[in-house]
Amino acid sequence: MSSKTKTMWNVGLIGGLLLLLFVLEQVIPSSSMFFTVLKKGAIYALVAVSMNLLNGFTGLFSLGQAGFMLVGAYTYAILTIPVESRHSVYQYFDGGIIQFALPVPVALIAGGIAAAIFAYLIGLPVLRLKSDYLAIATLGFAEIIRAVFQWDKLGPITNGSNLLRNFPSFKSVLYPFVVAGICIALIVLLINSTYGRAFKAIRDDEIAAEAMGINLAHHKRLAFVISSFFAGISGGLLAMYQTSIQASMFKSAMTYEILLIVVIGGIGSVTGSCISSFLFIACSEWWLRFLDNENLYIGGFHVPLLRPGFRKVVFAVIIMLMVLFYRRGIMGDKEFSLEAIRNFFRRKFGKGKEAKGGASHE
Amino acid sequence: MDWMTQNLPYLLAGISVGGQYALIAIGYTMVYGILRLINFAHGDIFMVAGLIMVYSTTIMPIYLAIPLMIVLTVLLGFVVERVAYKPLRSAPRMSIMISAIGVSYLLQNLALYVTGGLSQQYPAIPWISDTIQVFGATTKRVTVITPVLTILLVIGLVLLIKHTKIGMAMRAASRDFETSQLMGIKINSVISTTFIIGSFLAAIGSLLFFTNYTGVTPTVGAMPGLKAFVAAVFGGIGSIPGAVIGAFIIGICENIIKGLGWTTFSDAFTFALLIVILLVKPTGLFGEKATDKV
Repeated sequence: MSSKTKTMWNVGLIGGLLLLLFVLEQVIPSSSMFFTVLKKGAIYALVAVSMNLLNGFTGLFSLGQAGFMLVGAYTYAILTIPVESRHSVYQYFDGGIIQFALPVPVALIAGGIAAAIFAYLIGLPVLRLKSDYLAIATLGFAEIIRAVFQWDKLGPITNGSNLLRNFPSFKSVLYPFVVAGICIALIVLLINSTYGRAFKAIRDDEIAAEAMGINLAHHKRLAFVISSFFAGISGGLLAMYQTSIQASMFKSAMTYEILLIVVIGGIGSVTGSCISSFLFIACSEWWLRFLDNENLYIGGFHVPLLRPGFRKVVFAVIIMLMVLFYRRGIMGDKEFSLEAIRNFFRRKFGKGKEAKGGASHE
Repeated sequence: MDWMTQNLPYLLAGISVGGQYALIAIGYTMVYGILRLINFAHGDIFMVAGLIMVYSTTIMPIYLAIPLMIVLTVLLGFVVERVAYKPLRSAPRMSIMISAIGVSYLLQNLALYVTGGLSQQYPAIPWISDTIQVFGATTKRVTVITPVLTILLVIGLVLLIKHTKIGMAMRAASRDFETSQLMGIKINSVISTTFIIGSFLAAIGSLLFFTNYTGVTPTVGAMPGLKAFVAAVFGGIGSIPGAVIGAFIIGICENIIKGLGWTTFSDAFTFALLIVILLVKPTGLFGEKATDKV
């Protein structure tokens, strides 16, 4: 396939997917678990891809993602709470000191920029560290950010450790899909650019990359800041999805979840991260729900052990098995593409069959 | 004198918490010394030790429950290493760290399932949870016992490492993993012993820690675990006296900060300290200098 037809196919596929979502939304009641999974999955896909940009493509093992999401979520929430409801939200701080509200897209981007600024400042010292020291230092910074945002003295801005709510949120599942889709597309463009190749060179061998004239400090900082920017935007989306946020949500456990998504999808595969985030959210929120039901009978047999929480145990066991025995993840470091599927079917069934992925969405 | 009586409780609490962190930190520093692995599950093993104690005291007297708790915790540490880390021994370091995160996730969810998400009341242990007076400050006896017990255990451990065969094997393995294998050291049994010692100390640590804090929740181990790791880095990773000193410093500073009314920042301080140490002296107080070969 020439690159032009390839682009056409991809655009067609994405357009078809959005159309399909639009139709589904008219058909299925919006309270369905299906849409919850899709919304949360799209948001997690974005943050997983942003983490993959660092861990998979640049080789920087960072565990600060939850902290940057917190910055994004808070910036978004603080900037968009309508002026008339500020008094009830900031009830302990006389309505707060910010008395204006920005439009949603501006606030989302502001969230990303705020996260990027934090990342730039944090990156100055910590990016000199390597592997697990970098991991633990970024994890530490995420905890520090969380503590700062909960601080009473900043209450007029951040509302201390109380909930932030009443900010605008989205109803349609298309919203997170479009925003996350645009962001992921930007990350993919970045990965395929000169910068992306420099990132991969740093991942594969720092010393060789430096010898080839790549400025290590500059490129590492760039990757860190860009990744945090998109983590910030996904934080804003998460705030919209949850309709209320609190700093104590963004614990290191959240970063671990995102890391597990990246690992299950395949470190170094953007499509892998997207697929695994939907699978991860679907498993943890939806498909395994039946395990929480205490009165489950299969043919008159009362299944033992089931009670609320069992779902998560089973889920954690599945993840452990994946980590131990399926270490490369779903996609390895390869990408999902129509061409690969087409070639696969060509090899299997001769020339007659054409790309299956494209046909189903026409 | 007024100042003394006001601040003494915080200082005492700090020393006590420091001792408890020290017992956890040794587990981190020994494992990191040999495997170069941040054992993220260690804090959760500490939490599970607390839960075992809670449940075992409901069916048996306390003098049986304590040894049982220690044995089960040690067993858990051993099993975790065999199941989750041993198969990945030749894998990249990142995989084994992710496996550790997976174990931590599993143990937390398991605890959530067993407890139903409710905070479990830790049993009061006679004698050590009695209230006593130290220089006019009221505190529990455990506060005084902790540092003494910690130091005794550490002396025992240092003697073990300096003067026994298995200790020598441990030192060799942490110096050079591959070469020690070539010299006929059974690396798997050395690593298992490391995890057993680490879990044993974590079990003792949990006994002392929860006597002061009473509530056991599934995520209670995460924060002390991370702080103990910071202590291990602070003291120089791989160095046992370093980890202990680091833990005492962190415990005391944290409680002084709480005493000054900055409770929100007591956790943040630990990480700030970590970052400063990593930037100024990455090998920690007593760490050996590592050289990267090209």
